Amino acid sequence: MVQPMPQQSATATPALVVDNLRKTYGNGVEALKGVSLTVQPGDFFALLGPNGAGKSTLIGILSSLVNSTSGDARVFGVSVNKQRNDAMRLIGLVPQEINFNQFEKPFDICVNEAGFYGIPRKIAAQRAEKYLKELRLWDKAQHQARMLSGGMKRRLMIARAMMNEPKLLILDEPTAGVDIEIRRSMWQFVSGINAAGTTVILTTHYLEEAEQLCRNIAIIDHGTIVENTTMKRLLATLDVEAFILDVVAAPASLPTLPGVTLRRVDDYTLEAEMSREHDLNSLFATLSAHGVTVKSMRNKTNRLEELFVRLVENGRDKAA
Amino acid sequence: MSNATANLVALHTLVRREIMRILRIWTQTLIPPAITMTLYFVIFGKLIGSRIGSIEGGFSYMQYIVPGLVMMSIITNSYGNISSSFFGAKFSRAVEEMLVSPMPNWVILLGYVTGAVTRGLVVGVLVLLIALFFTSLHVVHPVITFFSVLLGATIFSLAGFVNAVYAKKFDDIALVPTFVLTPLTYLGGVFYSVNMLGEPWQAISRANPILYMVNAFRFGVLGISDVNIGVAFVVMLAFVAGLSFVALQLLGRGVGLRS
Repeated sequence: MVQPMPQQSATATPALVVDNLRKTYGNGVEALKGVSLTVQPGDFFALLGPNGAGKSTLIGILSSLVNSTSGDARVFGVSVNKQRNDAMRLIGLVPQEINFNQFEKPFDICVNEAGFYGIPRKIAAQRAEKYLKELRLWDKAQHQARMLSGGMKRRLMIARAMMNEPKLLILDEPTAGVDIEIRRSMWQFVSGINAAGTTVILTTHYLEEAEQLCRNIAIIDHGTIVENTTMKRLLATLDVEAFILDVVAAPASLPTLPGVTLRRVDDYTLEAEMSREHDLNSLFATLSAHGVTVKSMRNKTNRLEELFVRLVENGRDKAA
Repeated sequence: MSNATANLVALHTLVRREIMRILRIWTQTLIPPAITMTLYFVIFGKLIGSRIGSIEGGFSYMQYIVPGLVMMSIITNSYGNISSSFFGAKFSRAVEEMLVSPMPNWVILLGYVTGAVTRGLVVGVLVLLIALFFTSLHVVHPVITFFSVLLGATIFSLAGFVNAVYAKKFDDIALVPTFVLTPLTYLGGVFYSVNMLGEPWQAISRANPILYMVNAFRFGVLGISDVNIGVAFVVMLAFVAGLSFVALQLLGRGVGLRS
């Protein structure tokens, strides 16, 4: 699903430069401890981290909903601190929480949002129709927003964020609580937007989404960036993988194979943990020699999830 | 597109949205003040007023209280409109739609104040029309009448905005009208002339900003006032300037809005 990165000139201004951003809330909680990162134009960038890691604070600062304690961020070279209004023209935000007036109609919500960006009503109405249709909400455009389902409300927030046709679209857990079909249609839409040149920053707890969609990734924990690299490079660091094997009949005593740990889960399921250097052929050959027929296999956990947990746990061990 | 044009579009959008809100819930925004003021006219103006006779300047009691009641409805409705609308936006987080946009703070403030002043003026006209069923009125100074209404509505729109910025729950936006606005309105010369009071009550009454609004409006409509009309306008303009400054400071610092 990952699209190739659009061609950028070597001197292209980064879509986002976060420079030593710090945030300490009034209650003393230090949410960001000097975060720095760069997102290239056209990128589909994953910003991951456990709850309370600082993702939403960082997004809040980028969208000017949170005042930073120190540091700055530049959106396509425009300072969020010094040129707030100009920077905001470049950003579209899909927040984590529903934040529109539920008594208004989706069409009005979108048109009004465009108006706040100074977009004339006629153009705003055309864009509202375009994006509500693309997000399959047009038939609900004149209903009160409170009548929409949870998935529809999330799609409405994407349509609203597109009204100023931003160069940088920030999605803060946009698929939380959304069923798989709607989630896929949302990603199809956002992938299309990204392919057309819009830079996308995504935070999500569905790590398979990030793995499929994003080219680059930063993992934040306890207010610091613990990893910032390409998705491919990060996944390549995974040295051990675990597979679930569905078998016709799991034997009581399992064969041994150097470098592979085999475990019997139940009468029809085995679990194999092996290093990435180890090939699967020898595993299948050994199982076959012992009369075990493998019907299907899958990763025990998502690869990115595995890495994510490891990075976050390593960070905590170091902190301890 | 220039910033000025963009700001104008944003302002138009916000004012339009506020007016649509007033019209959408007209049974809550326009009808209750009309009913309340009709009751005031019937009870205080007609039933009790007929026994009072002429109060000042040869006007009947009904004629005397009409400007005060009109101004009272304008003040309470401007205040109520902005405090409930802006706090509602805060409560539902819809305010974030504006906070993440490039709209400057002064546009947000002006948009909300214009919406609230509009409701105040519409209610004022409604109440004035109802008053005409009970008494005859002829406006002596139309320009003074208009500006006193405009400034009165603006002052209480700004005050309502400040209240909504600080409010953390719906109770907080009901406290000020109950414990501050209503007493000040009743003691602001709506139903009587402060000249009827002895000292020190007369001097204390002159510290009440609503006294100047009610009397400026009464001067515009009837040509009589308890206070110097020039002083009344200076006081009102000072309140507009002071409250605008406070509201913009609060928006700039993001008090109650940005973390």
